[in-house]
Order: sequence, then C-alpha cells, then structure tokens
Amino acid sequence: MIIDLPRFLAAERPYWQELKTLLDRLETETQPKLSVAEVERFHFLYERTAAALARIAAHADPNTHRFLESLVARAYGEIHETRGTASRFSLRQWAFRTFPETFRHHFRAFLAALVVTFVGAAFGSTILMFDPEMKPLILPFSHLHGDPAERVKKEESQKPEHLEEGKSRFSAYLMTHNTRVAILALALGMTFGTGTLILLFYNGVILGAVAYDYVRAGQTEFLLAWLLPHGSIEIPAILIAGQAGLVLAGALIGRATREPLRQRLRQAGPDVVTLIAGVALLLVWAGLVEAFLSQYHAPVIPYPAKILFGLVELALLALYLGKSGRSPA
Amino acid sequence: MNARIFRIRTPEGVVFSQVLAGPIVRSAAWLVDVTVVLILTVMLSWCLLLIQFVNADLAAALQIVLYFAISISYGMATEWAWKGQTLGKKLLRLRVMDAEGLKLHFHQIVIRNLLRFADVLPLAYAVGGLACTISPRYQRLGDLAANTIVVRLPQIAEPEFEKLAPPAFNSLRQHPHLAARLRQRVETTEAALAVNALLRRDDFDSSARVTLYQELADFFREKVAFPPEVTEGLSDEQYVRNVVDVLYRPRTEE
Repeated sequence: MIIDLPRFLAAERPYWQELKTLLDRLETETQPKLSVAEVERFHFLYERTAAALARIAAHADPNTHRFLESLVARAYGEIHETRGTASRFSLRQWAFRTFPETFRHHFRAFLAALVVTFVGAAFGSTILMFDPEMKPLILPFSHLHGDPAERVKKEESQKPEHLEEGKSRFSAYLMTHNTRVAILALALGMTFGTGTLILLFYNGVILGAVAYDYVRAGQTEFLLAWLLPHGSIEIPAILIAGQAGLVLAGALIGRATREPLRQRLRQAGPDVVTLIAGVALLLVWAGLVEAFLSQYHAPVIPYPAKILFGLVELALLALYLGKSGRSPA
Repeated sequence: MNARIFRIRTPEGVVFSQVLAGPIVRSAAWLVDVTVVLILTVMLSWCLLLIQFVNADLAAALQIVLYFAISISYGMATEWAWKGQTLGKKLLRLRVMDAEGLKLHFHQIVIRNLLRFADVLPLAYAVGGLACTISPRYQRLGDLAANTIVVRLPQIAEPEFEKLAPPAFNSLRQHPHLAARLRQRVETTEAALAVNALLRRDDFDSSARVTLYQELADFFREKVAFPPEVTEGLSDEQYVRNVVDVLYRPRTEE
C-alpha cells in the first residue's frame, strides 16, 4: 500500500515532536515524575509513533525512518523497562543492609573462595616444607626472600622515623594495588570462574608460604602482629572479590536453572556490583591500616596490641557481615 | 565489512534497528578516552605541584589514588551522566545501550567498565578485541557480562518534509486512468526509491543527480507510457516529482 505520504507526515509530525520533547525531559531529569495523564499520553504517543514507523517502513526516506526508529527505540526503553529503578541512594541503607545481605545471599560462593585460598595456602606451605629453595620462586616480593629472623631483627631495631617519609604514598599504593587485584578477581569470573579460582589459589600459595616461613623461623608473633591488623580486613576483602567473580561465573554457567544466559547475568549484575563496591571500601581501610599501623613493630607498638587490634577487626567484620541488616526474629 | 544490525521487535510487532559499532570504531573511541584520561592526569599533576611544596608524600599519595580513581571511574561517570557515552563515544557517535533495548542501569555500566580488567589481558585489549570480533553483537567480555551493546548513532536530523511539496501543476493527472495504472504497477520499494532520490536531492553532485533522475524517469516511463503532449518539456527530475506526486497523493488536494 502506498500511502499519501505528505499528508501522513503532516498529520503525524506534531505527535512525533511531542514524544521527542517528553523523551528529552525523561532523559534529562534525574528523578522524572509523570502524572497518570502524562503517562497515558506518553504511551499513546509511543504507540502512535511505533505504528507510524510500521506504516512508512517501506516508503519513507532513510532520514525519516531513522528519526522514527530513534524515537521508538528511546520510548521502548522507557516503557518496557520492568526492573525497579533505584530510589534515592542511601549510603546507610546500602552499608548496613544491602551489602551484608548480598554477602550472605551468596555465602556459598564466599565459602568456595575461602576453601580455594586455604588449599592454596596448604600447597604453598607444603612446597616450602619440602623444598625451602623454592621460596624466591613462590614469593614475588624480594623483602620476603631473606631469613625471617633477620628481617624481624632489622625491623625491630629501626626507629619509627624511617617510615614517616613515604607513609601516605605507601598507603595509596597498597589501596590501589589491592583494589586492582580485587577487580581482577571479579573480572576473571568471565572465564567461567577458572581465572578467579587460579588467582585465589595463587594468593593462598603466597600467604601459606609466608606463614610457614615465619612460623618455621619461630617468628609467629611477629607474623601475626604484622599481618593481622590489615590482613583481617584485606584477606576477607579479596575473598569477597573472589565471591563476586564466582557469582558472575555461576550466572555464566547457569547450573540448575532454566533461565537464559542474559536473564541470569541480568539478575547477578546488581549483586556483583554491590559486592565489589563493599570490597573497595574494605580495601581503603586495609590500606590505611597497613601503612599507618602494620609497618610499625615492637617496641614502637607492642605485638599483643597489634594482634588484639587485628582480632577485634576480624570479629567486628564477621559480626557486621553475619548480622547486619537481619530482621529481628 | 558490512555493518551488523541489531533489531528489536516490540510486543506491538514493530521492528526497529540500530547499527552495531565494530571493534575498529570502538578502538578509536577508546583511544580518545585514554587521551582524555592522560590529559586529566597531567592537569592533576600540575594541581598537586602546590601540595608537593608543603607535603611531598601526601602529593605523591594523592597522585596515585586520583590517577587510579580517574582511570577507573572516568568511563563509569561519563557513561552514567551522558546516557551511555564517554567523550570518545560522543565524538565517534557511539552509545552503550542495554542489549534488549531497555534502559541502561548503573550496575551495567559499572560491570562493563570493571570487566575491562579481563578484556585488556594479556595486553592491548587482546581478549576484549577477540571477543568483540567473534561475538555476533560485537560484545567484549564486559558487554557480555553487563548485557550491553555499543551502537552507532546516525546523524538524525528532523526530516525535511518540504522537499516533498507537491508540484504546482502535474500534467500526468490529466490522464487519470494512466495515473491509476501507474499506481497499480509501481511497487512500494520502487516508489520509496523515487522519494528518497527527491529527498536526498542536495546530497548528490550535479552529474550524479542528472544520471539518477534520468534512470528513474526512464524506469517509470517504461511502466506506463503517457502521451507525448503530457510529458513534453518536462525534465527528468520534474517527471520523477510528478510520478511521486501521483503515487503518494492519489487524490488531488482541493
């Protein structure tokens, strides 16, 4: 059917203009609010424009066609979106309810990350147990290659002033480095979780090797005092990043569900973002503690105080993640 | 390489399409964005020079944190603020959109930007580039996880309806039965071709325009032969205009 194009265009153009104006408003305003009458009008305009697009699909010039397609595409996104739009963001609500609830909701993924890290730690310590010469190959940091007892002696003999110089820079480096590792643990979830698991395992290997090395050298107290203040937050944070990666991998694999891939990824998305945002905050805290507390050793700060601080942090973190946001029974 | 089209069929049965952006144009947009991040970082370093005089350690720490924050959040902030566009995407007329045509959500933007960490592996976006090339929708890993696509935004000017204004006098209408036969014999796609040729008149150079209208006029002359006295003195372009007028305005307006 060949339609009376000029007449058709002249009749429809005002509706297209009205729809365009309404869409501009919806897309510009941060919290757009339409009255019922405006919503009804919006729907009418969308349907009318969609019908016009269908009618002139074979007739109109590419410009008119593209113009209508653009309008229909924009209106389609507004009208057919059924996912809830976040109401005004509340940091308090997010920190004390959303994040811990999301953590608990995917607790099995966290457990998996924990187990893999433990296996890695066991592997790392076993390697050093049987072949101490492997230390330089396993540990990427040169300051850990020497004898732990010598390092402890050196650290304890140093005056605290030597740390004052680059404390802030060191803290910033730690925050950004750890956040990079955490994001990588998440991103590697797209390898069906393999990359995430390898990363967690490797972290476990380093941790296990360092721990075994210091325990064997009789420096357990130093080790705990050095690692616990920041590690009690940093290690769980990396595990939560791994948890996020495994949540992503779970959505990708789609075990025991008939939902299509896109739907699964769509559902996992908000949780993944919540987890990684929580990780970022935890790592900021861990970075500050590592630079401003962990690097100070006895006699500047007594080891029991540092260990106690780390244990309290760990207990508070466990309490926060386990209890915060739970409705009273 | 032919452009890949992304089509959505609405529940109302209407189909609309978007042209997907390929790896090359996306790489170009990314290069622009990298340059912007570098410029912002250099500007930041200048600002931190003042702090450096007071506390060099703090200045260095701020530089590390702010560079990291800028490089991570640049894509997220701009895509959220500009509805799926960074500066590079704006320049190259690209936009990130939901893979089902729905509204782009914040978590989608965050995921597609964070997953760059996997896309850049092992170097120079090798994984992302490969995924983008293989994917039928040109999606890198970040796009797959976030359920997003990147589309090209055509230049959308409002249609110039005035170019279809009917001629003052259409001699073909003197023979209504031939005009009716013309409407009967011409296919919709052929009619659309003639309309497009008229609407895009100014896009062609003069020789191409003459050739195009000549071919179109000959084509329509073969469909229905009007008596010579009706077509005498009509240029090819005017002939096509008269044909379009007959096809699209079956009744003369009083």
